[in-house]
Amino acid sequence: MKEQKLFKKIVSQNNEFERTPVPASQLKSGKSFLGMYAGEHTAGTEFVIGPLFVAHGVSAGDLFLGLFIGNLLAVLSWGLMTGPIATKKRLTLYYQLERITGKSVVNLYNFINALMFCFLAGSMIAVSATAVGIPFGLEMPTLSDWYPKTPGWIVAVMIMGAVITLIAIRGYNQVAKFANVMAPWMILIFVSAAFAALPQLGVHSFDEFIVAAKEVIWTGVPLPGISKFNIWHIIFFCWFCNMAMHIGMSDLTILRYAKSWKYGFLSFAGMYIGHFVAWIASGILYAVFLQTNVNSQEFAPGPIAFQAAGVAGAVCVVVAGWTTANPTIYRAGLALQGIFPKTKTWKITAIVGGITSLAACFPALVMKLLDFVALYGLILMPMGAVIFADFYFADKFKFQQEQALKNNRNFTWPALAAWICTLFACLLLNYFYGLDVFFLGLPGWFIAVILFVSFSKISFPALKTKLA
Amino acid sequence: MKSILKLASFIGLVLTIIPPILFFKSVISLDSSHLYMTIGMFIWFGSAPFWINKKTDDQPDES
Repeated sequence: MKEQKLFKKIVSQNNEFERTPVPASQLKSGKSFLGMYAGEHTAGTEFVIGPLFVAHGVSAGDLFLGLFIGNLLAVLSWGLMTGPIATKKRLTLYYQLERITGKSVVNLYNFINALMFCFLAGSMIAVSATAVGIPFGLEMPTLSDWYPKTPGWIVAVMIMGAVITLIAIRGYNQVAKFANVMAPWMILIFVSAAFAALPQLGVHSFDEFIVAAKEVIWTGVPLPGISKFNIWHIIFFCWFCNMAMHIGMSDLTILRYAKSWKYGFLSFAGMYIGHFVAWIASGILYAVFLQTNVNSQEFAPGPIAFQAAGVAGAVCVVVAGWTTANPTIYRAGLALQGIFPKTKTWKITAIVGGITSLAACFPALVMKLLDFVALYGLILMPMGAVIFADFYFADKFKFQQEQALKNNRNFTWPALAAWICTLFACLLLNYFYGLDVFFLGLPGWFIAVILFVSFSKISFPALKTKLA
Repeated sequence: MKSILKLASFIGLVLTIIPPILFFKSVISLDSSHLYMTIGMFIWFGSAPFWINKKTDDQPDES
């Protein structure tokens, strides 16, 4: 399918147009982006995020309104921030950063990105292991677990990790094809499982669903020991869970193939199928699990899906986890390959797979997935702000656009300093004002833009000003 | 051949979505719903890869 071709192109080792703009002849239609976004955002993480909202005691009204607004803000971020820059410049995030701040900062960015990918893939391996462990009676992790509890869990995760790493070593192509085939079925499984789960809550009509949604599923009461979420948590999580991709600009790499800047808005397919329907559906499944396992602290997507959708549900959890983990390991490998170009791809993928499998042993990655996803976006966001400021504010505030390229340097300090100072400022906001990680992205973006513009004005004033 | 595969895939998806709705409407039992969904899964797995990826391979580059 076209979307698979597009994605393959993007993660391909022989990445075309790595250092040149994508030519007009290579641009893709809107249909490619629509399919790709829908498939990309209906993944293994959805089996965890929906249930975690239930565990955090979100009320039904807060959830539905929060998901609607948060997803809308995410779509607008893709459409109004990423799309226009991607189609104007048609360069990858990495090359744009290199032109602004030099190769050495890009290497650091790549390293951090790879590390984040490892943890994300690790959480997906753990999710898959919860389904694979069902026939073996594996003791499942609970909401309060941070460390592996049983040797059986470690063995299951390591086996899953080894298989996924071996497949990643063999290359991306087959997995991409498999994921492509699975996407329509997986989306339907989410909806089917919700329908199968509702009668187990005594729901047989829409009116009964409204009542059950408020009183049984999203009750507004968190599970013991879990913090309470309100509508702001939902809005900001929805908006910023893919922050690295839209405001953080990593989707420049994808959207540079778009025929029109408006294609960024096509991310609505991923947001409103994956981050609306699938999160609601997986929340319903968890509510059923809690009803039938009163006082259970167990948090395992495999058994939760199995209870509602039988074997198909459990297989869906394995497939969703696998098809998310595999390309993520592959992308992490590619990011590291950028730093160590002489090391063989299979060696790097094997190392990445090893780190990922080790990380997957820790259930904390699943239980704290919301925090991790928010942190991931926050850490990479400042570099997106740098690209945004360089693109829109260089002329207005009179500093040099693409300063590393213009001055023929391997390193310029304003972007790195803005990155580090922004994260430090966010840390202070969190420490002294108790601002949750979910909310830090918004002030953080403004801090990053202001700092980068100020540092650039000091260090790289526009040529005209310099001459004057 | 492709039409037959597409039809089979469609049946697989129907067996994935309709039985849970019938269970929701109290027409069939949960066990039956699970069984039909499993059958639907096998039909989808056995048919979709042969036409979805076939289409990919056959498609000329958009350029």
